[in-house]
Amino acid sequence: MQTKSRLLDARELDRALTRIAHEIVERNKGAERLALIGIHTRGVPIAERLAERIASFESVRPEVGKLDITLYRDDLTEIALQPIVKRTEVPFDVTGMRLVLCDDVLYTGRTARAALDALVDMGRPAVIQYAVLVDRGHRELPIRADYVGKNVPTRRDEVVKVRLAEVDDEDAVVLGDRPSTGGAS
Amino acid sequence: MTAESRPRHLLDFAAWPRERIEALLETTEVMAQVLQRPVKRVPALQGFTVATLFFEDSTRTRLSFERAARAQSADVMAFAKGGSSLSKGESLRDTVETLDALQVDLFVVRHPAAGAAHQVASWTDAAVVNAGDGRRAHPTQALLDAYAYKARTGRAFDATRLTIVGDVTHSRVARSAAEAFATLGADVVLSGPPTLVPRELGALPGVRIEPRLDAALEGAHAVMALRLQQERMASFRLASAAAYAARYQVTEERLAACDPEVVVLHPGPMNRDVELASTVADGPRSLVREQVAAGVPVRMAVLYHLLVGKGER
Repeated sequence: MQTKSRLLDARELDRALTRIAHEIVERNKGAERLALIGIHTRGVPIAERLAERIASFESVRPEVGKLDITLYRDDLTEIALQPIVKRTEVPFDVTGMRLVLCDDVLYTGRTARAALDALVDMGRPAVIQYAVLVDRGHRELPIRADYVGKNVPTRRDEVVKVRLAEVDDEDAVVLGDRPSTGGAS
Repeated sequence: MTAESRPRHLLDFAAWPRERIEALLETTEVMAQVLQRPVKRVPALQGFTVATLFFEDSTRTRLSFERAARAQSADVMAFAKGGSSLSKGESLRDTVETLDALQVDLFVVRHPAAGAAHQVASWTDAAVVNAGDGRRAHPTQALLDAYAYKARTGRAFDATRLTIVGDVTHSRVARSAAEAFATLGADVVLSGPPTLVPRELGALPGVRIEPRLDAALEGAHAVMALRLQQERMASFRLASAAAYAARYQVTEERLAACDPEVVVLHPGPMNRDVELASTVADGPRSLVREQVAAGVPVRMAVLYHLLVGKGER
């Protein structure tokens, strides 16, 4: 990927997450029965960081789960490359919980659609909300996020890359051009 | 993962390098998780059709393949010897071609003739899983053995010695288990009556033959007792089941030579107190229940690996 610009630096990314953490608590009137579900790969550290922040100003730390949506993708009959199935770790009963699905980038909405299917197969949550660090537009399904770190208008041939220290050794969001030979955002 | 490393079929482990088998075992863990949820089904194989083609009785294996396909939302067509044109003398090839015309994506084949699954693979563009061909191979059984072993003990295959005891000659399970465990890095020892342990298997890398049972069991982390097929005893100069049991039955006393943490496997169905002592089969070392439980998730992983990402081939 050819990097064109930096959309968020480490400080801005940090502030965006802090704001989302407060919005989540405000909207849900506290952190009772609240759980954050990170979508593999970068949704997981986002969920963990949000849980930390919420724990720092509320008396409870929300539960955190990790969700792999591979088995729920809608393109498995077509794709060329076999995706590696990762473990889903939701070590609590989701029934009756207020779940916040966490991901790095919202684009077509297909990942969120798959995640919703995966979550309802685990039980019957009271409510499912959706938090993303970046919304880059170009939805293909009727999906929207409840909490957005930053809205970024993009072209389809561009790539938004969220980099998180837990996975990538730094915190940043960058915009680049899609390499001519394949590769997804 | 490159096209070269993706096997198209699971006929035996010849085309399966260690890292592909390890990937299968990792996917198995996820599939086992799916089977513990309230909704024991994922949409992963929606749109795919799996046909089971069984020319030999085996309810357990056939049902677990069908459950594995349905648990991933694949469509299933079941062909068994009795209820189809197979009993009207239609050849294997004609059956495969007919099913091919119905757009089958994957065949699961069980046949009494060694090499039948290879044959099927040469007639169709679909993927083929060998569910047992004569005495040759039964790879999904070997995978569930490996999975059950790893899940219970957590021990690395590199640091594992598997001893297989009994009628190795007639056992496709033994052959596949030896191949799979050796490919995963384990040290495999075959033991049993000399007439029932084929010399050529000792030539496989990582596999050796030790006719003296006590020596074969020494330091073993896993012991697999094979079913003694009573109908074959006469032709192999075994006086009786009792005579076999006296020399080769896997008992608590004999297991004393093994690693203290040793676990015991049996592919079923079991002749209690012939190849395996009841006290061991029902005791804490027995992996038999876990082996059965691993059947569906292992086969789910196999179907996923062979069907998803076809274009890569």
